[in-house]
Amino acid sequence: MTTMIQPEAEWRAHLAEGRFMIQRSRSTGGHVFYPRIVEPGTGADDLEWVEASGRAIVHAVTVVRKKDPADSYNVVLVDLAEGPRLMSRVDGVDADAVRIGMDVRARIVRDGETPLLVFVPA
Amino acid sequence: MSIARGFPSRSTAIVGAATYGIGRCPGVSAVDMAARAGMLALADAGLTLSDVDALYTSAPYEALGGMELAEYLGLTPKVVDCNRTGGSAFEVYVQQAALALEAGLIDCALIAYGSNPASNPPLSVGMTRQSPWEAPYRPLAPISSYALAASRHMHLYGTTRSQLAEVAVAARRWAQLNPEAAMRDPLGIDEVLSARMVSDPLTVRDCCLFNDGAAAVVMVRADRAKDCARRPVEVLGAAHAVTHREISSMPDLTVTGAAISGPQAFAQAGVGPADIDLAMLYDAFTITPILFLEDLGFCPKGEGGRFVADGAIGPGGRLAVNTNGGGLSCVHPGMYGLFLLVEAVRQLRGEAGERQVQNAELAVAHGNGGVLSSEATVVLARG
Repeated sequence: MTTMIQPEAEWRAHLAEGRFMIQRSRSTGGHVFYPRIVEPGTGADDLEWVEASGRAIVHAVTVVRKKDPADSYNVVLVDLAEGPRLMSRVDGVDADAVRIGMDVRARIVRDGETPLLVFVPA
Repeated sequence: MSIARGFPSRSTAIVGAATYGIGRCPGVSAVDMAARAGMLALADAGLTLSDVDALYTSAPYEALGGMELAEYLGLTPKVVDCNRTGGSAFEVYVQQAALALEAGLIDCALIAYGSNPASNPPLSVGMTRQSPWEAPYRPLAPISSYALAASRHMHLYGTTRSQLAEVAVAARRWAQLNPEAAMRDPLGIDEVLSARMVSDPLTVRDCCLFNDGAAAVVMVRADRAKDCARRPVEVLGAAHAVTHREISSMPDLTVTGAAISGPQAFAQAGVGPADIDLAMLYDAFTITPILFLEDLGFCPKGEGGRFVADGAIGPGGRLAVNTNGGGLSCVHPGMYGLFLLVEAVRQLRGEAGERQVQNAELAVAHGNGGVLSSEATVVLARG
């Protein structure tokens, strides 16, 4: 039996060490996020971990509204410079000030005990 | 009869249709409701339980709901399905039942669903897990996913919140003509816009109801349909496309799988959007009919907001859309897709009362599941 990578566990281990990693196929060059055992579409299984540049652009945004406006928060989809899109939030700016097209960069923060990938204005 | 373009067009028909318990249906279980709607649909067709040899359901809280309903009704079906494509499951069932009927595998399909989350809140929502890649950011499921798609549509095409509100107002105006609809109070654009914001740009009035309801339809081959009690509704086309599970993996936030399933279903049917008299478009949120009008070809991509403006999809408008009042104002018990089919049948039979679309001959019912994830289109004709 070939050893199978453990996509989510390995990604979280990297994040805990302060690295935002994504996958890349050696044969197709395509980048993959979220982590998995094959590249979607091609089925290429020669995925390796590479450090993401962290550069991204806000692709879509919503603000989840709470009774106390101070508790409202943004939820975004960002496009990584490498191609993949993912859900995150933009910290360091008013929830209402996040705009589609905004340049952002990755930051790893703590959500309680857990490391969490967020983005801040570039 | 042959299967052209992947579907046995006009080989099968819907011969029975029913709803039950719309709004509040306390004191019973979901399977009680599905069974009741199923029996009503069989009676509508002039058929009995012993005629049924295929059962299609999507139980709201029970993963093994197909077996549950078969047991409840005392059936030993040749085909049982309880698929998990969310609200689109029932349009998928029309496709699957038509193929099984055409192949001679089955002779009579019952598609039934019931759910009463308003009267009987589930103790736990155990059917799906939150994505580990999205949950930490606390999106409201599923509202924020649709809100993200709406934000992108507004950004790219200039779609406005007022245009979104037009969808809710048109649904309410149709609901006012439907005695069965749950929400029949007047509703204006300003009320939608000033309602409580939930997840920008969607207010609570941009979101579907969460109430009780059951529905069922019965399908047989076209030759047998002639002997049933009611005027048959022919199945002209049915196609399905799944593009993703979570919104972060949707290939294009402004183009749904309806852009695949719609043209396929229309090609099978040999008709196009311009021929359609009634469009039943799953309205989980006000953005969804706008996307489906575009993807099904009723207007160009990006023009959906302008298409629905000025009451264009309400009573007396340019296209009759969601004449029962939709998920926004009639019924949405979690998975709404079967109600689209029942309303299309009622309109094509000419039994829709005050809301009847004149000379309705062709209808499209488009189901949506997940977060714009699963799209299934059915084209129906007056028999």
